[in-house]
This record gives sequence, structure tokens and C-alpha cells, in this order.
Amino acid sequence: MKKVIGLTGDEAVAYAAKQCDVDVVAAYPITPQTIMVEKFSEYVADGEVETEFVCVESEHSAMSACVGASLTGARVLTATASQGLALMHEIMYIASSLRCPIVMGVANRALSAPINIHGDHSDMMGSRDCGWIQVYVENSQEAYDSVIQAFKIAEDPEVLLPITVNLDGFIISHCMEGVEVLEDDAVRRFLPKRKVDLKIDPEKPLTIGPYCLPDFYFEFKRQQEEAMKAVLNKVKKVGKEFGRLAGRTYDVLHAYGIEDAEAAVICLGSTAGTARVIAEKMRKEGKKVGVMKVWLYRPFPAEEFKKVTKHLKAIAVLDRACSFGAPVGPLCSDVRAVLYESENRPKIFNVIYGLGGRDITPTDIEGIFNQALKTAETGIVKEPVTFVGVRE
Amino acid sequence: MVKLRELTTEEPLAPGHRLCAGCPESIATRMALKAIRGPTVITQATGCLEVATTIYPYTSWKIPWVHIAFENAAAVASGIEAAFKALEKKGIAKKVDVISIAGDGGTFDIGIQALSGALERGHDFVYICIDNEAYMNTGIQRSGATPKGAWTTTSPAGSVIPGKPEWKKDLIAICAAHGIEYAATACISYWNDYITKVGKAIEIDGPAVINVLSPCPRGWRFDSSKTIEMGRLAVQTRYFPIYEVEKGKYKLNINVPKPKPAEEFLKAQGRFRHLFKPEFKKEIEIIQEGVNENWNRLLRLCGETS
Repeated sequence: MKKVIGLTGDEAVAYAAKQCDVDVVAAYPITPQTIMVEKFSEYVADGEVETEFVCVESEHSAMSACVGASLTGARVLTATASQGLALMHEIMYIASSLRCPIVMGVANRALSAPINIHGDHSDMMGSRDCGWIQVYVENSQEAYDSVIQAFKIAEDPEVLLPITVNLDGFIISHCMEGVEVLEDDAVRRFLPKRKVDLKIDPEKPLTIGPYCLPDFYFEFKRQQEEAMKAVLNKVKKVGKEFGRLAGRTYDVLHAYGIEDAEAAVICLGSTAGTARVIAEKMRKEGKKVGVMKVWLYRPFPAEEFKKVTKHLKAIAVLDRACSFGAPVGPLCSDVRAVLYESENRPKIFNVIYGLGGRDITPTDIEGIFNQALKTAETGIVKEPVTFVGVRE
Repeated sequence: MVKLRELTTEEPLAPGHRLCAGCPESIATRMALKAIRGPTVITQATGCLEVATTIYPYTSWKIPWVHIAFENAAAVASGIEAAFKALEKKGIAKKVDVISIAGDGGTFDIGIQALSGALERGHDFVYICIDNEAYMNTGIQRSGATPKGAWTTTSPAGSVIPGKPEWKKDLIAICAAHGIEYAATACISYWNDYITKVGKAIEIDGPAVINVLSPCPRGWRFDSSKTIEMGRLAVQTRYFPIYEVEKGKYKLNINVPKPKPAEEFLKAQGRFRHLFKPEFKKEIEIIQEGVNENWNRLLRLCGETS
């Protein structure tokens, strides 16, 4: 029988973590992630989990403790947002390089200054290149489903990389929705205990995190990139397996109406839901539009993306972050790079939106679709980068 | 006190590493490892000991050793300790002893927050600060542990400012203020006191801190054959008192009834050479006064009288 309970995005992350038999959680509170740690603390206080909860004094120490715990062979979770993620930045590179399969919930939030607690993707984009797998979810259900899949992907011996599950601050983190949850036993079967070959073990002592000079450092980085490449197939496999269990199959990309579309919106996170509603309405009006949600952002599913978008005439890429001084925003930069070699590549323009939690309205999105249709029709990109919803 | 003939002959830190001749860090580490009681994991902060003992693909470490970054040896220890606790409960692993090793830069300065957090949370681990009174790994820069008057490359002996103007931070008081069961100073020149303290610290069920003075020939500017002598001079001039704080109670471990003048310690090292110029001679008196005040303060804390 299906069990549906009301959970915010943050609560969904904590609930999933509870079912995943996590050994160590080390975390620090920050809006809008706070509910994740609060909720998990309640599970610990009520004896619902067998987890060591290390309530650290900073995000830097949270990530440091997580790396230590993960190297010991434990299943490890943390969560953060915004400034907290920025403070973790140094250790995030080390977590991925030491191949620690840590799962981290990120309630995406703007970066200071001025200080702002609301949702945008500047935080994760700032740590985009830190060697972590990154998924962006659309709602609380996806937050729940993604955490369970995240452990399975990260802990795979061919992967062994940390992973962030990104949820839009407040829009998802604090929005209560009906979430269909699995039985505890079903999650345990899907996600057995972590198997670890190399770890901190007095019987087989290792020197972990040594000093490495130009004669070997490069090889470490090359191996990391190889591990990233192994992620794509693993994500697909786990997504299918999860589908058989939960009835909700996941793939690296989620396309709506793309097959016969001429113009499409590409985006991350909760905006995809709004865009789909508008696309549905416009398609009923006979307009050939579609939406592509990028669920797996790192590693970027380049080949799949090319395949699905090759027939499009125009693409609007929505970025909820600004890459200051760059030609386009971060997601658009990837899309352009991926499609550069394609024959008849679509015309691409970039929309920067929603910084600091500024709403993007259905009207805004309809305007973007219309702009994309016009670009498809004329073949001319009038403005490569536009800012939507800002006073100028 | 420990007995020399009863100490283990095991050397978990193998020779062949690339620390300097006369370096006190390998001495401090090897002595500490004489006190371990079973399976032990080291978490190490960035520093000389880290770069010189683990140059990939070689290692001097025969026991599990983890280096993550500069400021987080205590936070990494927290995670490892918590993980072993969780895994032991689930019957997957057995608890081990965790020792963090960091320099004074990684402890007094950049790592003090992580250390404070770990002490407050009460993790069962031993934190050893190898205190050589400056950032030696990056080439002798001042830290919060650098003493007043010392030359470093960021507190140079100028024509106006004679070395570091500030006094050394009181690390042990800071650590003891967390209400931890054990915090102590030590010096590599007094091996029995130091090894005994490490053993005591390991036995404690909770956090313990030891700050071990480790004279650095390169940074202090003295001949590399005189490392142990220099530590002895630091103690015998009362410049570096050896004491412990157990459950809040201060105890002087090495009394120095007839101290040598601080000047003897200062003149033995190039880092204080400028203080002997006529225009800065007053600094030596100020330092001597500081040494006296600190000693008397400690005696009061220990319930003794001078």
C-alpha cells in the first residue's frame, strides 16, 4: 500500500536519511537548511536512528568530520546552504579527491553581500568544480527519492564520489507537499550496508592525504575525472532500479514535450515545474515548446543532452546564478559547449533570473517561451544574455 | 612516571623521512608514540611533519594516518571518533585511540575553532600541539605562539620595531577553560614527563591537550646539534614552565628553584639577536619581567608560593 505523508523538502531529506541507516551525521544549522538538522536531531533524540550526530561548531568542521568519518568506512550525511557551503568549499575538494561518498543536502540560497536567505543557485555554482556529483530536484518528492539514490550512486565502488542533492531554498526546502515514502525495509534492501575496501583500519594501515608533488598529483586528478565518467551509467542504472521499487524512474535528464518542439526552456530545480505548466498550456494553443530539466548537473550528461536537443531550433537556458564577467551563466555555458560541435545547432540564449529568491512568474516564463519561439522563427539571437524580473 | 626499559621498542614513525637534521618534530612524535596503548589513528594538520613524512609514494607511517587540511585536525578526529563509535555499536569495527598532531600555527591560530569545538563536544581523543613558536613549514612566520621579541619573517627585527611586539597566547588556559579533564605543557627535553603525560592523556575518556615545546633549529636560529639543550634552557630559565591542569587543578611538574636568567635562553638563538643591540636592550628586561610574572601566576594557580 502506498504511504503518503506531508513533508517539506528539508524534512524529506531528513526522512530519507533516517531510512538510509546513516552512521554519522555532522552538520551545522543555516537557513534554509535548518529543518534538515533539526528533524534529524529529533530522530536521534527519540532513538529512531543508530546514528552518531556530531553537532559541530561550523560548516568547515562539518565537512572535515564527514571526511574523517567517511574514511573510516561509515555512511555519512551532512547538509548546508549558502555561506555554509562556501565555508565548506576547501574541504569539498578534499572529500572528492579522497573519494569519500558523502551525501549532502543543499538548500540552495543566495550568497552575501548583501545578506539574503532566499533561494538561488549561486552557492552550489560557486563550488561547481569541486568534484562532487550534483543533482537538482524539483520538489519534495524528488528530494526524498534523490537522497536514497544518492547513497547508492556515491558508494558504488566504481564511483566513490560525494554527491549534493540540491533543493531550492524555501521554494522546496520549506514547502509542504505530499510525499510518497517507501517502507523502511524496502529502503534497506535497496541500499545495503556500505562495503569498503580501503579505509582507516589499524590492521591494514594507510597513509591518507599525503604530500604529493608534480610527479604524481596529476594522475590523482586524472583518476578523479575517470570516476566522474563512470557516474553517468551508474545514475541511469540506479534510476531504473529505483523506478522498479518506487514506481518513479529517474534519468539524468527529464524532458517534457521536447520530441516535437521547436523551442525549449532548459533549467534546474523547481522552475522546471512552472515551465512545464506553461508549456502544457502553450502546446494546447498549438505552440511547439518543450522543457528540459537537468536533474544530473555534474557530471553533465553531454551525449544525452545532444541527442535529445539536436532537432531544436532555439533554446532558452535559465540560470539562477550569475557568473560575473563570464560570457553567459553557468548552465548556459555548459549547454553552449555541449552543442558547439552539433550540426544545425540550435540558437541559444541565456536568461538570468530569480537571484536572492526573486520570484519567476508564469508570465515571465511565457515571455521567455515566446522569445524562444521568435528566435526559432527568425534564427536570430537578439540578446545573448537577458535578466528577467529585475529593475534596470 | 614511565620506565625507560619498559617503553616499547616499536617505532610507528619509520626513519628515512625528510625532516631537517635536529628537527624536534620527529622526536616529539616518536616519544608520543611510545605511550600508545593499542590500535591508534593519527589525524595530522598540514605542516612540516606532514610534508616531510608522507611524500607520495612513500610514507614513514606504520599506523593509520590521515591529513585533510591545516585548520581541522581536531574536526577530522571528531568524525573518526564518531564513526568508530557508530560502527562499534553496529558490530562492524572496534574502537581505536585517536591522536591529533598539529603545529602551533594549526593550533593557536587557524585551528583553534575546530579544537575548541571538539573539546566542547567531548570527543575521546588526544590533541598534541608541536609548538615550535612560528609557522616553520612556510618559512618562519609569526603565529599566536611566537614569543615577544622574536624575529620571524613577518615580525622582522626592524630599526623601529624589534621583532614580535605581542606576548604568546596562553593555549593551556584556553583549553582548560573548556572544562576538559586534562591539559598540559611538556618539552621534548624532558622525555619522561612528556611520555607520561601522553599516556595519561590517552587513558582519559574524553579530550586531552598537550602543548609540547619543540625548539626548531631553522626557525630559532641555533645549531642543529643543540635541539634538546635549547628545550632544557627554555625550562630552566622558567621561559617555558612545565605544568598540567587536571580536572581544573594546576600542578607544576618541573620546579625550577634556581632559574637561569632569561637572557641566557635569548642569547643562544639568532631569532633574538637584535635584542642585544644597545637600542633594544630594554626589551630583554621586559621579557624577563614577563617570565617572572608568568611563573608567579602559575605558582599561585598551583597553590604554591615563590
